[in-house]
Formats: sequence, structure tokens, C-alpha cells
Amino acid sequence: MATLDVAAGRERGILRRPMATEGFWSWFTTVDHKKIGILYGLAAFVFFIVGGLEALLIRAQLVGPDGTLLNADQYNQIFTMHGITMIFLFVMPMSAAFFNYMIPLMIGARDVAFPRLNAYSYWAFAAGGLFLYSSFFLGGAPNGGWFGYAPNSTTDPTPGMTFYALGLIITGISSAAGAVNLAITVINMRAPGMSLFRMPVFVWMGLVVQFLLVFALPIITVALFELLFDRRWGTRFFDPTAGGEPLLWQHMFWLFGHPEVYILILPAFGIVSEILPVFSRKPLFGYQFVVFSGIAIGFIGFGVWAHHMFAAGLGPVANTAFGVTTAIIGVPTGIKIFNWMGTMYGGDIRFHTPMMYAIGAVAMFVIGGLSGVTHAIVPSDYQQTDTYYIVAHFHYVIFGGGVFAIFGGLYYWWPKVFARKLGEGIGKLQFWILFVGFNLTFGPMHILGLYGMIRRTYTYPASLGLTFWNQVATVGAFLIALSVLVFLVNVVRTHTKPKGLAHEDPWDARTLEWTTSCPPPHYNFEEIPTVHALDEFWHRKYVEDERSRRLVPAQAGAAGDHGHEGGGHSIHLPGPSFWPLVAAAGLPIMAYGVIYSWWLLAAGVLVALTGFYGWALEPSVAEE
Amino acid sequence: MIECRRAALRWPGAPVQPGETRNVRTKLRWVLALAGVTLLLSACGLSDPSQSTFEPAGPVAQKQKDLFLGVFWVAVAVFILVEGGIVLIMVRYRHRKGRERMPLQTHGHTRLEIGWTILPTLVLAGVMVPTVGLLWDLARDPGREALQITVEGHQWWWGFVYTDLKTTYGDQGPITTADVMVIPEDTDVWLTLTTAGGGARDANGVPDFEVVHSFWVPQLGGAQDVVPNRVNHLLLHGSEPGTYEGQCKEFCGLQHGLMKLRVVVLAADEWESWVQNQSTFAVAPTDEQAERGLGIFMEDRASGAGSCVSCHSIGGLATGGAAGPNLTHFADPTHSCFAGCTWDTSDLEALRTWLRDPDAARLGSKMPNYQLTEEEIDDLIALLTSLE
Repeated sequence: MATLDVAAGRERGILRRPMATEGFWSWFTTVDHKKIGILYGLAAFVFFIVGGLEALLIRAQLVGPDGTLLNADQYNQIFTMHGITMIFLFVMPMSAAFFNYMIPLMIGARDVAFPRLNAYSYWAFAAGGLFLYSSFFLGGAPNGGWFGYAPNSTTDPTPGMTFYALGLIITGISSAAGAVNLAITVINMRAPGMSLFRMPVFVWMGLVVQFLLVFALPIITVALFELLFDRRWGTRFFDPTAGGEPLLWQHMFWLFGHPEVYILILPAFGIVSEILPVFSRKPLFGYQFVVFSGIAIGFIGFGVWAHHMFAAGLGPVANTAFGVTTAIIGVPTGIKIFNWMGTMYGGDIRFHTPMMYAIGAVAMFVIGGLSGVTHAIVPSDYQQTDTYYIVAHFHYVIFGGGVFAIFGGLYYWWPKVFARKLGEGIGKLQFWILFVGFNLTFGPMHILGLYGMIRRTYTYPASLGLTFWNQVATVGAFLIALSVLVFLVNVVRTHTKPKGLAHEDPWDARTLEWTTSCPPPHYNFEEIPTVHALDEFWHRKYVEDERSRRLVPAQAGAAGDHGHEGGGHSIHLPGPSFWPLVAAAGLPIMAYGVIYSWWLLAAGVLVALTGFYGWALEPSVAEE
Repeated sequence: MIECRRAALRWPGAPVQPGETRNVRTKLRWVLALAGVTLLLSACGLSDPSQSTFEPAGPVAQKQKDLFLGVFWVAVAVFILVEGGIVLIMVRYRHRKGRERMPLQTHGHTRLEIGWTILPTLVLAGVMVPTVGLLWDLARDPGREALQITVEGHQWWWGFVYTDLKTTYGDQGPITTADVMVIPEDTDVWLTLTTAGGGARDANGVPDFEVVHSFWVPQLGGAQDVVPNRVNHLLLHGSEPGTYEGQCKEFCGLQHGLMKLRVVVLAADEWESWVQNQSTFAVAPTDEQAERGLGIFMEDRASGAGSCVSCHSIGGLATGGAAGPNLTHFADPTHSCFAGCTWDTSDLEALRTWLRDPDAARLGSKMPNYQLTEEEIDDLIALLTSLE
């Protein structure tokens, strides 16, 4: 790495350069992708719990007809924040956590391409999340739904939807920066021999997701700015009384919103594609098919958005076209399911906790996928759209597919990150509580929707006969909450035990991240590995007989770089820095400025510029 | 590299050890029993749904239900195939303690994978054929024979303008109702969904009904959005006389959950007399109390705050604004609910609570609180209940 004039850099700095790589404050200055990954995961999990509490409020309100726990205003805020939280503040950053931590390790890199930008992404996300939640104390949280349909969202007199526009712009900046960073990391920083088609499927899905983000985020950003300008400065993009076009918002929102669905679910597909082969002790069945179907989903995902608008009156031509594309996207999704079954078929399946979650994710996603196909049936979708049937569908996809896979990933990679295995028995207990609770919550919602229960309603009358299934769903929701509680108990119990693993490769895994120690040193690899095959680590441990496809253990010592710790002195990595945090802190200040005062806006710009200048002038590598 | 040995793909015929299977079978039985209980429970939930897509009362809803059920059974078949496959694979290939076995390293099977790409494509193509057929069938304009009704979405109630049915009073405008849409049996009804008369703003300058709504009466047919600046259409057809519940389906603000409506389908002769009654104006009140009510209705409340008649009209008696529901035949028996069908019209106590403080009765209501005294409320109720 190039030597820089460190002394000159220090003179230019305003703040003393932080040097600590451990301790409390190091978490605020770190640019290490692993620490940032942990920060992402922790913050996302906190938001998961908050969003979950909001879900419990929703279910408590709907446990019986004419619920009075919340009034209409409070309910609208709660369901809106539940959606925003789970999508933008939980699943997306949780995926970012996995990508951040695992992608460099899986491709044999020492860090992401732009470590300080990575820190900036994290702090911008945290700032955006806190900004959104501050609205509860500043006149009311967003109340127009996560979809924020104009002109309801532009005319609502409470400030909530202004917070929505600004908050999502901030988290969008975070996601865009993160996406560029991770995509370049995957493209440019793979270890020697790690050709694209030797990359783990998780990395592939990560790459597809980053491209989806890069292309989808500008659309929503434009829409959010227009919404903001309509609300704040009286522009009339969506105001029908002045020739504005409400449907413009819907098109832009869903043109982002549907790729967003795949942004949420493809990471889960990646995790499942890692876990199933390991615990079946077989390679992923049809690696190329799985990869290409993921890419196909990415492309087709941009061509189905109007299936959210079948009832909007686009006419039979558009409805036919989008019905057909919606059916088509079921094909690559189905391929993945069959390939996962092919992976398990003939394997030696070990039901460790990660595997149970991965299989659970596949099984639940199948249900969500099948109900998704019924949305392509346009005339019957006129009935189901905006009912609880839809709520059931996307929870089977994003919770059943996504959250189950996320839990699988947490159990699977926990030893890698913390050098401790989460409790297996209690983990399985959690799985079964979650499995039962999840199905009790969202299964009945199919029936509720078909019986005529609309979405986003804070009340329903007793006469519609919806009470029983609502009660079941509420019981299920509290079981889900119990399972999350069990998970937290598991984490606490695990971390009261001393650090250390009996084996650094506890699952007999296949990919590069397991070739280094647990947790990995801050430089990841003593020596950058050279890759010879897909599932490199597996092939270092076992030799596959080309003819019989039987495995024999490889010769001792070939298993790789284990146990060479304590080195790394000659490896230069970017030093910690305050500046990404400072630059990100400017964002919410600017956002408050948009709402309250030009002076505050100017102050925010100043803070952000200070951050960026400090960042630009500071050498990336700290003085030794 | 992708080719795997055929042998690895053949379903292994060799049965598992009897001692081992019992445990698994017991578990499977438990699962089946659970599924049975769930099905039984689902039967319990079937208590008189009146907004159910499964109880169609007209050909549109019927066709939509049939299409859905057709696809549903295809989905059930796929579900059983896939989930059953997963369970079988899990059972058959589970790791058994003390038996070290390194499975065959199959990397894929191109022909098989092409097969399971083509097969779902064919199934989906098959499903799309009736879909597109019905889609175009429902999009057809039934022509001028159909009854024309313009549906207006307001925050948060529905207005209905029978554009072809003129009244005999005033300037012979169309029959106009709110909350309840009355249609004749076995007649195509062509709804025009719009925000006609838009641009009205409430006291805060917030546009009245210029947001997106969605009109939905599931027993008669699927939903269609009401989008400002656009004219959408929906074909409905009621085959059986009856009352059908519906509500706004697209989130439209604070009281979206209480923006409901009813559709009353009348037999031909009842329809005739309904039209007859609606086309004539409400008879002027005869009793003293109702007369006083009319006075209050017209009287400007203190300091230019407007009056009832600013937003409501009573045909022939009080010509006023259209920002609120038309009250000409408020007490007609078909008008069984009011204020976005939040309450039954027969519930006079609810009507009293509503008039006393609309915002307290239904948070965010656009109807102002005129601080009416109890006597004034009595008089207004007398007026309203006289408007048959």
C-alpha cells in the first residue's frame, strides 16, 4: 500500500485521529467491515424488536371487533411505522450486516473496497432510523402507509409524511453508498482464482441485490423529493386539483417497490443456498441454474411493478402485460425451490438449528410463492388486492422466507463472528415456537382476506364473522414474540460462557470464510488465499473422485490456513476515523432543517461538508 | 461437471429399518392430526360472512371466484408435491446417528433442471389463458342499456349519482344518494368512478375527496380504484335481491377503516317504486318539531361558520352544497346506514352522538361541531327521520 505523508494529514485534521481498534469508542470510528457488520446487525435487530412491538399493538387492536386500544390516528401511525421499520430498518440493514461481514471473507478479501464509505453507510442508516422515530415526539409519526400514496400523503396535515420522505431519503443514501461499495468489492476484490462462477451463491445474490439497489433507489429518491416538495414548498407533482398526477407516485413507488421485494428476499435465498449444502454435505444442486435464476429475478423484477396497481384503472392491455410478467417471475423462483430440493436429495441431512431454519424458509416461501402466483390472476386479484390475503402473502415471503433465513444465517455464522455456538436445543425450541406462531399469525390472514377483511383498517365490525381468525392471528403473533424472546435468552446464555470453539469449522463448511480463525483477525487472512474451485474450503478438506463422485478426506495439512495467528504486522489496513460519523450526522440535521429552519439546514450542510473534507484530507491508513 | 450419475437420482427403493421409521411415522401422524384440527377449526370460522368473496351474488363475483378456485386447486397440487417432497427428502435422507455416510457429490442435472424450468412455465401459461380471457371479458363496456351510476369517493363516505335518472324537482338533476347504492336485480350496472365535483376544500383548506379510494363490494365483484383526475369504470351485476356490504379498499387517510357502503339489489317492481320515490322530493315537514329542524338546518351558525345546508342538500327543501351526503331521502328504508355506514340509520342514539360531536364520534370527521343543544339535535333528528 502506498505510503502517505501521515504527519501532514494529522496537521490538517480537526479531530485527533482515533487509533483504538478495541473498546467502546472504537465502535464509533471503526472502518473494519466486520465491526460494521456487527453494528448493522445489532441496530437492525433492535429495530426488529421495535417493529415487532408495533406488530403486537396492531394484533392487540384487532383481537376483537371494534377494538379501542388504539384510535384511528394512532393505528395509522403504528401500521405505517411497522412497515417502514421492518423493510427499511430491519430486513435491509440485516442483509447489509450479513453482506458486510461475509462478502469480503467469502471472496478472500481483507475489507470492502471503500472502508470509510462503509462506515458512512452504517451511520447514515442509523441516523435515518433515529430521525424517523423522532417523529413520534415531534407531532406524529408517518401515517400514510409505507407506500405513502399521494395525494393522501401530500395533504395530510400532520408532519409524519415529511419525516417519511426525509427519513427514507437518508436511509436511501445509506443503501446507495453501501450498494456501490459492495458491488465494487465483489467485482474488484476477489482473491486470485475466485472467478465469478466460483463465488458462493450468497455472494452472487449479494451482487444482484446491490445492482437492484443501484437501479431502484434513484426512482424512489426522485419520488420522495417530489413528495417532500409537494408537502413543504407547495409544488404540485401529485396535486390533482392543479393538474398533478396521483398515479405518477404509484408508478414511481412500485417501480422501486417491486425490485425492493427482491432486495429483501434475495439475501435470504443466498443464505439458504449456503446452509443447505453444508448440512446436506453435498454441493448446491445446479449452481449455475441457481445463480442465473437469481439474475433473472433481478431483471424481471423491474418489469412487474404494475401488479400492485391492477385495480388502479390502467386498462386491460397493461393489466394483461403485467399479469403475464408476474406469472413469468414465478419460473426462476420455482427453479430455486427445485434446486434446493435437489441439493437435499441424496444428502446426509443434519438437522442442526441453521438447517431447520433454512428448510423452514424454503417450505414457508413456497406458500408465499404460490399465493403470489394467484396475484397474477388479474380478475381474482381485483378481489384480493388490499385485503389481508395480500398481508398473508407478503409475510409468507418476507417473514417466512426472509426472517427464517435470517435466523438460519445468525445461527450458522454466529460461531464465525463470536467464536461461540448458539445453544442448539434452545435454538430448536425457538424454531418450533416461531414456526407455529408464524403459521398461526399469517395462515389465517389468507382466510380473513378472502372473507373480506381489508388491509390497513383499525377496526372491523362483529357482523362480518372475522373475529375468530383475528383471535388466532393475535395468539400467533404473541408466540412469535415469545420465540424472539427465546432467541435473546439463547444469545445471553451463549455469551455468559467463555469464548472458544471446540473446532474452528464447527459445521464442516464449504466456503472461504471458514478458512480463517473465529472470529477472524482484523486483516481477515494472513495470506490472501488462492482459489481453485467452487466450495474451495470443502475441496481442501475432501478430494472428490471425478468418476464415482465419492469423497475421501484430503491429505492432512491441506485444509488450509488454520491456526496461523498472531501475524499480520505487515498488513496495512485503513485506520479508524471519526469523519464518516460526522458526515452522516449532517444528514438528519439537514432533514430537521427542512422541517424547521433554514439555519438548521445550513448547519447540517456545514456538518456534512466538514465531515467530507476531513474524510478527504485524512490519509486512509493511520500512522503505525 | 454438471452431469451426475443417473443412479443418484433414482428414488431409492430400499426401505428404512422398521425400528427407525416408527418414530418418524408417529411424528408424521401428529402433523396430520394437527392439520385435521386446523381444518375443523377453519369450519368454525365460517359464521355468516357478509363481505366474503366466497359468497358471490352476481356473475362478475362468481367468475372471479371460479377462476380463483381453479388456480387455488392447481396451487394445492403444487403445494402437496413440493412440501411433500421436502418432507420425504428430509425423512429419507436424514443423518442417522452412528452411521457415517458421505453422500454422492451430485452437482446438478441439466436435463432435469431444464425440465423443471419448462414444466412450471407450462402450468403458468395454462393458468394465464382463462385469466386473460376473463380480464378482457370484465373490461367490456356493456353499452347504454346498462344502468349508469357515477360513484364519488369522499373522505370518508361514498356518494352515488344516477346520471340517467332525473328528478322531477328543482333543476331536474340526477337522483343522488349516499352510503347505500340501490340497483335493480339482473341488470348490468356500469359504474363511473371519479371525483366529479372535486376541488372542494374543507375548513383547513385540505382538499375534500381528492385522494385515492377503491370501490369494493366483494359479493358483486372485485375492486376498482377511484383516482383523482381519472375516470375509471367498473361493471357490476346483482343476480339476487339482497343487501351487500362493501368498503373502501385503498388507504385514504384517518378513517379509511370506516369508509363503508352497502349495495341493495331490488327486484324489478321494488326498483320501480324506489326510483319513483327518489325522483320526487322530500315532503315538507308537517309536524312542528321537524319544521324547527329544517330551520336549524338552514340557519347560519354563529359568525359565518356555515350551516348544515352549506354541505348537505335536501332536494326541494334546502338546496345546498355537495361536500356532504345528499339527505333528500335520508329515512328511505333502503338507506339503512349513514356516515360512511359507520352506524345503522335506525340507531337514533348513534345519530344523536354523531350530531352532538362528529369528531368525537368518528375521529377526524370533516363535519364541523356546531355545538348543537340537545333540543336542536331532537329537532334535527325529527327532520331527518321524516325524509322518506
